[in-house]
Amino acid sequence: MNWVWIGSNLGLIGGRILEHLALTAPPIVIGLVLSIPLGYAASRSSVARSVLLSVGGILYTIPSIALLVLVPVTLGLAILDPFNLVFALSIYAVAIMVRSAADAFASVPKDVVSSATSTGYSGWQRFFGVELPLAIPVLLAGIRVVSVSTVSLASVGALIGIDQLGSFFTDAFQRSFLTEAIVGIVAILLLAALYDVLLARIGHALTPWTHQQSAQTAVLRLASAPVGGDS
Amino acid sequence: MIEFRDVSKTYPDGTHAVRDFSLQIPARQITVLVGSSGSGKTTLMRMINRMVDPSSGSIEIDGQDISQVEPVKLRRGIGYVMQNSGLLPHRKVVDNIATVPRLTGVPKEQARTRALELMDTVGLDRALADRYPSQLSGGQQQRVGVARGLAVDPNILLMDEPFSAVDPIVRDELQQEVLRLQSELAKTIVFVSHDIDEAFLLGDQVVVLAQGGQIVQQGTPEQILANPANDFVATFIGADRGKRRLSVSPATSRGDDRVLVDAGGYPVGVISAPEGRLAVADAGPKSRSVSNKTDQAGDA
Repeated sequence: MNWVWIGSNLGLIGGRILEHLALTAPPIVIGLVLSIPLGYAASRSSVARSVLLSVGGILYTIPSIALLVLVPVTLGLAILDPFNLVFALSIYAVAIMVRSAADAFASVPKDVVSSATSTGYSGWQRFFGVELPLAIPVLLAGIRVVSVSTVSLASVGALIGIDQLGSFFTDAFQRSFLTEAIVGIVAILLLAALYDVLLARIGHALTPWTHQQSAQTAVLRLASAPVGGDS
Repeated sequence: MIEFRDVSKTYPDGTHAVRDFSLQIPARQITVLVGSSGSGKTTLMRMINRMVDPSSGSIEIDGQDISQVEPVKLRRGIGYVMQNSGLLPHRKVVDNIATVPRLTGVPKEQARTRALELMDTVGLDRALADRYPSQLSGGQQQRVGVARGLAVDPNILLMDEPFSAVDPIVRDELQQEVLRLQSELAKTIVFVSHDIDEAFLLGDQVVVLAQGGQIVQQGTPEQILANPANDFVATFIGADRGKRRLSVSPATSRGDDRVLVDAGGYPVGVISAPEGRLAVADAGPKSRSVSNKTDQAGDA
């Protein structure tokens, strides 16, 4: 390890971490947002499910290098435009996330949905008020996988000249300089961990009903207090 | 009044859930649809709030054909209480009760105040307001379900086997609660049950259904008990086994009072006879609770 190099390049490392963040946050958000309607459609119809999941599977098998070359050609963008990387990563994010989203909506109990309908929820109210919130735990599990995979996949952008943490790997390879590679790996791991913690926190805040004391404890507490329930 | 006119429901696979069903459900009374599975009782109930649309025939509420009413609007005006409470697991108790008023645009504070009042009405401690349904016992959840059903002060309350998943003691309590609420609120209640004892206890009118929504007998509990229309009804109410035949037990009676036992020898009540004279029988609705107690003896 060449600590001197690290010490004198803190600015570069910090800058690349920020670039890496800027390149990975949009695909994660886009992956989530797009997968929600697609996953919902997949959970409603078995035809939609098999079509969407197959397409997702196929998209995910496209080699990343090939996709990075194809995207600018198809979209007519400059080869060095960072948007190419964002676009490619978004495709992978959606490809993974559609399955999770389909499972998430399928995990919402049917009797709860039917109960909401019978009490007078309209379609949209039911979606935003019942189905989406109840899908959050499974959606969250999916998006945590997507965030880790996106952070690691983004490093291939270095091969098409888009600067981020992956550039440390190409550099390290060209200069046979191991320290840079280690710095890149550690920074990517830290970034992935940061996303994971952040998403877990958001998920926790959004699903207060999943981490209350159990019914058992509640009943025991009630039993010791003079209340008029029938526990 | 709710009126079914020649209603049929055939599913695409050819199953006839209900065939040519006609029934008048009087206002401000409890009508119990009782039958075994496959009798179409739940289907019939779900037609009233258009969760199921009939294949033919029509349903009118106070003279208005409900097929002309937009389903969401119709459902918001009808209370619905279902088995396993059907509460939203991600909303607190008070929000569950306030759900429908909030959907219809009642301000948050007002809906909350009303929800807390309804918790009093159905006998729930207000301390439970900020809990989630999973933190409540089964009986408490059903009470929340009833409170939610009453939240928009509907004229009609549909109850789909609401107490079949709670234990017998809690079920008794909840049934009494329904009778108490009904004496105060006088709603048009349509109650679906597979339990004939529950039907006799709660129903002003009981409709016994066989396969395909065929009405085998309808009438007051007394009429049906006294004159079962046919063997099917007799079997269903347990009359054929003498289940409801009560007798005075010589062995267990103490003093002047007489212990009443059913055919299985289970005590079902005490006839109070101070100084050897029988008290005058009370012919009011409470006398029905005697028949209800037999459910510990039978298996209907």
